[in-house]
Amino acid sequence: MMLHVSPQSTSGAIAKGEVLLNVENVSLRFGGVKAISDVSFDIRKGEVRAIIGPNGAGKTSMLNCINGFYFPQEGHITYKGVRRQKVRPHEAASSGIARTFQNVALFKGMTTLDNIMTGRTLKMHKGLFWQLLRHGPAMTEEIKHRRKVEDIIDFLEIKAIRKVPVGKLPYGLQKRVELGRALAMEPELLLLDEPMAGMNLEEKEDMCRFILDVNQQFGTTIALIEHDMGVVMDLSDRVVVLEYGRKIADGTPDVVKADQKVIDAYLGVAH
Amino acid sequence: MAQSATDKLDTFPKLLRRNAASRGSRTAFRHKDLGIWQSWTWAEVYEIVRAYAVGMKSLGLVRGDKVAIVGANRPKLYWSMMAAQMLGAVPVPVYSDAIADELAYVLDHAEVRFATVQDQEQVDKLLSVSERVPRLKTMLYDWGRGLRDYDHTHLHPIEAVIAQGRARLSEGPDVGAALDAEIDSGAGDDLSIILYTSGTTGRSKGVMLTAGRSIAAATDTVAFDHLSDQDEVLAYLPLAWVGDHYLNFAQGLVAGFCTACPESADTAQADLKEIGPTFYFAPPRVFENLLTRVMIRMEDAGSLKRRMFHHYIAVAKQWGEKILNGQEVPLSARLSYGLGNLLVYAPLKNALGFSKVRTAYTAGEAIGPELFSFYRSLGMNLKQLYGQTEAFLYVTAQPDGQIRADTVGPATPNVEIRIEDGTGEVLYKSPGQFVGYFKDAEKTAETMTPDGFVRTGDAGFFEVGTGHLKIIDRAKDVSKLKSGDLFAPKYIENRLKFYPNIKEVVAFGQGEDFVTVFINIDLTAVGNWAERNNVVYGSYQELAGHPDVYSIIAAHVDAVNAQLAAEPAMAAAQVRRFLILHKELDADDGELTRTQKVRRGFVGERYAPLVKALYDGSAEADISTEVTFEDGRKGVISARVKVRDATQFPATTTAGKAA
Repeated sequence: MMLHVSPQSTSGAIAKGEVLLNVENVSLRFGGVKAISDVSFDIRKGEVRAIIGPNGAGKTSMLNCINGFYFPQEGHITYKGVRRQKVRPHEAASSGIARTFQNVALFKGMTTLDNIMTGRTLKMHKGLFWQLLRHGPAMTEEIKHRRKVEDIIDFLEIKAIRKVPVGKLPYGLQKRVELGRALAMEPELLLLDEPMAGMNLEEKEDMCRFILDVNQQFGTTIALIEHDMGVVMDLSDRVVVLEYGRKIADGTPDVVKADQKVIDAYLGVAH
Repeated sequence: MAQSATDKLDTFPKLLRRNAASRGSRTAFRHKDLGIWQSWTWAEVYEIVRAYAVGMKSLGLVRGDKVAIVGANRPKLYWSMMAAQMLGAVPVPVYSDAIADELAYVLDHAEVRFATVQDQEQVDKLLSVSERVPRLKTMLYDWGRGLRDYDHTHLHPIEAVIAQGRARLSEGPDVGAALDAEIDSGAGDDLSIILYTSGTTGRSKGVMLTAGRSIAAATDTVAFDHLSDQDEVLAYLPLAWVGDHYLNFAQGLVAGFCTACPESADTAQADLKEIGPTFYFAPPRVFENLLTRVMIRMEDAGSLKRRMFHHYIAVAKQWGEKILNGQEVPLSARLSYGLGNLLVYAPLKNALGFSKVRTAYTAGEAIGPELFSFYRSLGMNLKQLYGQTEAFLYVTAQPDGQIRADTVGPATPNVEIRIEDGTGEVLYKSPGQFVGYFKDAEKTAETMTPDGFVRTGDAGFFEVGTGHLKIIDRAKDVSKLKSGDLFAPKYIENRLKFYPNIKEVVAFGQGEDFVTVFINIDLTAVGNWAERNNVVYGSYQELAGHPDVYSIIAAHVDAVNAQLAAEPAMAAAQVRRFLILHKELDADDGELTRTQKVRRGFVGERYAPLVKALYDGSAEADISTEVTFEDGRKGVISARVKVRDATQFPATTTAGKAA
């Protein structure tokens, strides 16, 4: 299945557009610990961009900088032509950046439907007054959003768990629900932090298909962190490799795979 | 139904046209889409199918073409069948979970030129075998996700085909008139559908069914079960299976009832509850799983609820079936049952989606009497039928009021049955029976007798007094004891397996003096008993060899012997000796097939010393067998297995006491 689909989407069928997000000389320190030092790369519109690297390379920190969890001490991030040094998570969210987390961060007691519905919060405009009235404009708005959410549920094939509290779901499905919540924001840039961690092969294949379909069907730009090299090389258009907070390689999967520094970083090198 | 017009209503498109005219505003189909039940009336369906047919015609579909249908139960796939039939083409539904190789064989054998499929998964599967199916040119799909970048020269969304047909129909009256002529030129002798049998032995065979016969059969059973356009079904069975095509498609068009399609296969259970069908079919396995789930959830319920549940289930067990069958019941029992209905049965049936079920059927394999009467005692009219693809389903069915767990009922209206002497094979002649296997005259001749009867391959007998048919086994598996008495291993095995403590049984006796069995205990059920009775055990082997466990199993074997004694044909095949195997039969060791059926011959050879002990009168025997562990390593299990004698009962001639 995967083998059949992936070559079609990665063979360059999608025209890669202009730079959507540009990271310039970003450095991030926690006290004396340098998490990221002087990293620059860009993410182009419509591409699947992977960030890889050994443990502690600064991948998640990088994502956190992009969506405003962390503020880099040096450097700038330009998103949609706007250059900024500081951005807050809600600003990032309202400007079209959505993300999923390495450890699933859902509301465990709420149903799948409600969890995904929370992804629409930013797009709800009727105030508390109308919400309390329930009927009238708030209802109309809710129905509109529900439709969108149902589209996502259909897309991710999680119809059977629509009304199930997510705490009861297996891990692989929780990850899918989390992707659903991110998609509910209709993001332009989707940040996925290890979307396949802890999944079995079948779940991984499903997730790959969903990621590709999101990219293809909605034209969403995707930046993902992933450890499964097979997945990374199949999915992504370009890969950036970090090690100890520095960028050691950047390019298409084939280029990166052949890079000596990358091989050394992953396999170790004799000293 | 207008009797005078039946002679003209000999094809499904004509029935669709009638339904659109006579009950146009009644709902014909429902489908849950994006969380909401969408519905279509008969008039709307007729309009869509007409447009669809015109669209297919402009893609080149002509009379006699075969159209593969691959996917789950979705309205558009049912409409594909209707549209194809409207043009005189023959739909060939294919199991959507079939592996590519099987799919390629069927598509090629059926000579399909068109395929309508559900989604990308099926498109990919068909593309992957396209080289082996050279005639297949055009593919239509229902759900376009992921297909955007595919080459669309021979690939079309069904929606677009319908739109195109609609546009052509609006151009002028000629197109519509031509289509009407197509519908009118269809006749009862036309091939209506080819259903491929799943083929447990060898390659699948294409069962050819004609429109006239199909409708005749469906008309009979619609009358038999009093189905009308007020009814509603949930279509969740595979499209390629005769059960779905008969119960939902054919009966739906004949009776004009509504067919609801679940949102997806995973949601069928929840959708069932929302729809509340009035007519329901499920294999015994489904009923068993539902019961298990109910029981497990009751164990987790609060103590008040649990006690109430168990109390009223006991009441239902005692009186429920009698009340359902309209027997004499004391007033106090009626009151108690009524209260139980209010507090337990009705809410339970609601939770299962059975609140509105008027008629439910089960078939396919033997159903345990306990399981069967559980549902019946709740007031659900669950019945059994026996049928085949070749018969276009019904051969026998239980009429209301004559329901039993251990028979499949008398012949359905207009069905003739005879039992072949010697082999005991069941032969029938039915209104819906097939006209032959597609491109396989040899197999057709093997199956059909010169005087027009069809061989079922199953052995059975009519119960004395009631005229109910009992199916005992596949005819080829039935053999004789040395005395010449009938030995039907599966019949005995199933009887024993109805006890929850017994998981698997292997019966021996071909050419021997008497019948013996191997028994596998069910670790969950017996383990549960052990826990409650403070029986300590360290392994399956230890529990299986425990004397108390032997006593429990011995009681079950004796009870089965008593049942067998009451059946003249089976009395001689009572179990004389049995043993409990020291290990579970396992597919990894080749003892079971992957579908969990016992490979009797293989087991007999593998455990030859034990079989010998069963027949030479020894009280125990040593055995060591190689086993394969889950990680693939091999090991050897050795054990000393005890053999026990079972009580024998004299054959009684009074029938009817059984089970």
